[in-house]
Amino acid sequence: MGMIQIDRTLDARGLACPMPIVKTAQVMKTMASGETLEVMSTDAGSVKDFAAWSRTTGNPLLDSTSDAAVYRFVLRKA
Amino acid sequence: MTIVAERPLETPVAAPPEPGVEPAAAPIETPVKQMVIVNWSGELDRIWPTLILSSAAAASGVQCKVFVTFWGLLPFVKDGVRITGDNWKQKMLSAMNRPGIDHLKLSKMNFMGMGPWMMGTLRKQYQIASPRELLEACQALGVEFIPCQMSMDMFGLKREDLIDGMGEPAGAATAIEIMTEANASLFI
Repeated sequence: MGMIQIDRTLDARGLACPMPIVKTAQVMKTMASGETLEVMSTDAGSVKDFAAWSRTTGNPLLDSTSDAAVYRFVLRKA
Repeated sequence: MTIVAERPLETPVAAPPEPGVEPAAAPIETPVKQMVIVNWSGELDRIWPTLILSSAAAASGVQCKVFVTFWGLLPFVKDGVRITGDNWKQKMLSAMNRPGIDHLKLSKMNFMGMGPWMMGTLRKQYQIASPRELLEACQALGVEFIPCQMSMDMFGLKREDLIDGMGEPAGAATAIEIMTEANASLFI
């Protein structure tokens, strides 16, 4: 898989549930359909939460990785 | 089904968005999921899950309504409003239960305010959003808070005593209607 182009980035590191999702939703509101958002989080629960949020909202989760307790998600606005 | 049938008549062709006009937020084809919470308690350990779940719901594109009743009204009293009500009983109730989102007690281990204070230090240590921050997020995301008219009357609360942006006061039948229409409803 080639590199995914990132249009926006949200640093949610340090924030606890539900703020990574809340901030993501707020940034997503300002984005155009098809644009991608990269989110960084340190909340371990966000791995399951971003997958669930993607399913509930229909905004595809393109990538979910972790490195040194930082979780990285790439979402595309539907 | 009715909506699907009516749509072609109302919007035959999706008009291209005009410059400066935001396109519709959600695709019309997907029925919006709904969640209702009956917020009965004014205590920190119940207000917290109410606001966490409602902000998360709204952030997930779920239309969320919170029916605010009984003690649950007190956290929604405006900053700076201290004594509420018209008669001495109502005034005494508010004197003994300080209203406002920053003055919540714990249902257990309150210890004259020691419990909430310790909870507050833990909250900051773990960077957890405060009830106030969550309430602001809820309002920014369009969560509708519906105050219970009967409880407002009993506590002597006026609409101007409650925070801005609250919905129209309503009663039990409204609560039943929104709960039975919703995909999920909770009593917290």
